[in-house]
Amino acid sequence: MSPNHNVPTSPAQSFRARWTTRIIGITAAVATAVTVWLGLWVTPPDETQGDLVRLVYIHPGVAWVALYLAFALAAVASLLYLWPRTRSLFWDRLAAAAVEVGVVFNVCTLISGSIWGKPTWGVWWAWDARLTSTAVLLVLFLGYLALRRVPAEPEVRAKRSAFVALFAAVDIPIVHFSVLWWKTLHQGATVLNPNLSPTIHGSMAWTLLLGFVALTLVFVWMLLVRYRIGVLEDWLGTGELDLALRERQAEGGSLDEDEAA
Amino acid sequence: MAPLAPPHPAVFLHDAVALSGRFPLLAGVDLEVAVGETVLVEGPNGAGKTSLLRVCAGLVPLASGEAVVLGLDPVRQRNQVRRRVGLLSHASHLYDDLTVQENVRFAVRAAGADTDRIGGACERWGLTGRLLKTSAAKLSAGQRRRVALAVLMARWPELWLLDEPHAGLDASARETLDQLIGEAGADGITVVIASHELGFVESLAERAVTVTGGRITGGRSLTAGTAAEAVAGVDGGAGPAHPGQPVDRLGPVDPDDRTDEVAHVA
Amino acid sequence: MWRDSLLVAGKDLRIEARSRVGLSQVAPFGIVALVLFAFALGPDRTLMAKGAPGLFWVAVLFCTVLAVQRSVSVEAVDGARDGLRLSGLDPAGLFLGKSAAIAAQLVVLEVVLGAGVVLLYGASIEVPWLIVASCVLGTIGLAATGTLYGALSAGLRVRETLLPFLFLPIAAPVLLAGTRIWQAGLSGGTASYGGPWLRLLVVFDAVYVALGIVVFGPIQESA
Repeated sequence: MSPNHNVPTSPAQSFRARWTTRIIGITAAVATAVTVWLGLWVTPPDETQGDLVRLVYIHPGVAWVALYLAFALAAVASLLYLWPRTRSLFWDRLAAAAVEVGVVFNVCTLISGSIWGKPTWGVWWAWDARLTSTAVLLVLFLGYLALRRVPAEPEVRAKRSAFVALFAAVDIPIVHFSVLWWKTLHQGATVLNPNLSPTIHGSMAWTLLLGFVALTLVFVWMLLVRYRIGVLEDWLGTGELDLALRERQAEGGSLDEDEAA
Repeated sequence: MAPLAPPHPAVFLHDAVALSGRFPLLAGVDLEVAVGETVLVEGPNGAGKTSLLRVCAGLVPLASGEAVVLGLDPVRQRNQVRRRVGLLSHASHLYDDLTVQENVRFAVRAAGADTDRIGGACERWGLTGRLLKTSAAKLSAGQRRRVALAVLMARWPELWLLDEPHAGLDASARETLDQLIGEAGADGITVVIASHELGFVESLAERAVTVTGGRITGGRSLTAGTAAEAVAGVDGGAGPAHPGQPVDRLGPVDPDDRTDEVAHVA
Repeated sequence: MWRDSLLVAGKDLRIEARSRVGLSQVAPFGIVALVLFAFALGPDRTLMAKGAPGLFWVAVLFCTVLAVQRSVSVEAVDGARDGLRLSGLDPAGLFLGKSAAIAAQLVVLEVVLGAGVVLLYGASIEVPWLIVASCVLGTIGLAATGTLYGALSAGLRVRETLLPFLFLPIAAPVLLAGTRIWQAGLSGGTASYGGPWLRLLVVFDAVYVALGIVVFGPIQESA
């Protein structure tokens, strides 16, 4: 077929791609395991927060992935899809995968934040600026996914989703600032939050860093797998195109036969 | 209103493939329509006649192949193309809450055309008096068609794409339509008519092309006195066509040419 | 672009004048919403007065959803959307025109709802220009984003349920800002608090109007 179709010619994944995914997956699993071990057993509990502080190894990490990594990736990929020179269904599938995995991490952020908040603030959900922004981002993500479920040709669906992602991407900073001005409980933007986090030192710092790395690797692995699924889904659809073209053209042939008969 | 300089065809399609999802509306169309020609597009239901017109109007982008309409790219320069092309489709694009007069005025002004010809066009199509002030919701299908035709006439674009224009019209309206097409042709306007009511349209067009299975599979001259019929089809109907196989490219017919028009296999 | 937008806005407003949907359906819906809020919050007048700004803007947001749905459905009949595409209208003009028509309807609605809030909830306006400014800026933002999402979901069968879900989170900053400005503008508020929020609305409006002008054409073609 013509090169206009951004269609993989076969569903077989390259050797390199398969092994990259596997290695990342294994590394992610190992890193997570080590983080868990360090986080739960090796590092000491905090004076004020006790064992609750162990959430610091998870919550900022998933938040970083959901709010920044996944979201930025989806936004940039969508922009690249919309830009005519770089238009390729690769970016669309990447964006969709990023959003889907991002939803998972987003929910984990909200849950871990909520679990952390309950003993600290006394409520399951304090209308804290950052958690609220995260919740709005979750809703925007879900809207994106809902729109993608509407049956359509891949290019049409990709364009539509990309626009939604673009609008959401533009909106998120505005939402962030409005919610921030509206209510501020999270002081500052880092883990060095006087309310939630004490000084991080020694083994805690390393575990924290490892946690970030581990969660990023988990995200990347899930992203690759989800992307691959997207490729397979699309390939199932397009393999039929050549067949459809031939059948369509055959309509003409058989009709001529009828007329000639 | 001035037609393009003769070297440029009004419509040029080469190996045009248009998709709707996975379904190929057009599966490799080659067509050339010269400026000022009136061409009939015939073929069975579902063959792709409507899709062909929609591609020419720039509504459906091509998945592959080439399309040049009035010397412009119907996708990249779509607004320019659309202002110079008039598509008469099955739907009439009317707003139910507006009156006939308001609908016509809006449609003509939206297309960037002058409003001077509106009065004459409405009269020609019998849209006068109380009918003008009737809201579009109350019109019958035939009346809606007349309104759409009045809009087309008031706009007087360079290229007319008519999809089953006679459908829903009564006898007098059909007569008016035939006259109109004749006048348009005389004025140098290119007219492409898709129809399978051959009886009505054969007399209007200079030649006909047959569309089946999303491709042009034949053509014939319709000028008076010529008994010639081009050989239809690339493979004479033997078996399914193969993708990528070149199709007839039928050039414009010189009405004075009385020799047989034979399809050239490229 | 401007000529086209005036043409389209005129057409939409004429349809509205003819069919009176905004006046006879959307406005009453807004009033009903205000009444329901009152039921929900109980007979405590001070509570209602305090909640008035927020409730006003929530009602406006819901009415915006209805107004946008109506604006989109006007074109859904008889292939009018295709007709607009075929006419070669400048898409930016089409965007501005439809937004302007929605904005005009929203302004009227806001006057009605504002009167409702003052009467029903006992809110009293102290700094009128803040109230007016917030309504003007908020309306522009809502109309622009609403038109954009309306166009995105125009051809979809699930538009009715999908549009609110997509549009409302995007409109959240308008709700937040509008509420804060109203709080500043009603008695018991501090007028100076309104400043930063007004600036936020200006940014929001500028971003989405600019985005709409640029992006409306491609959206139309892909729907």
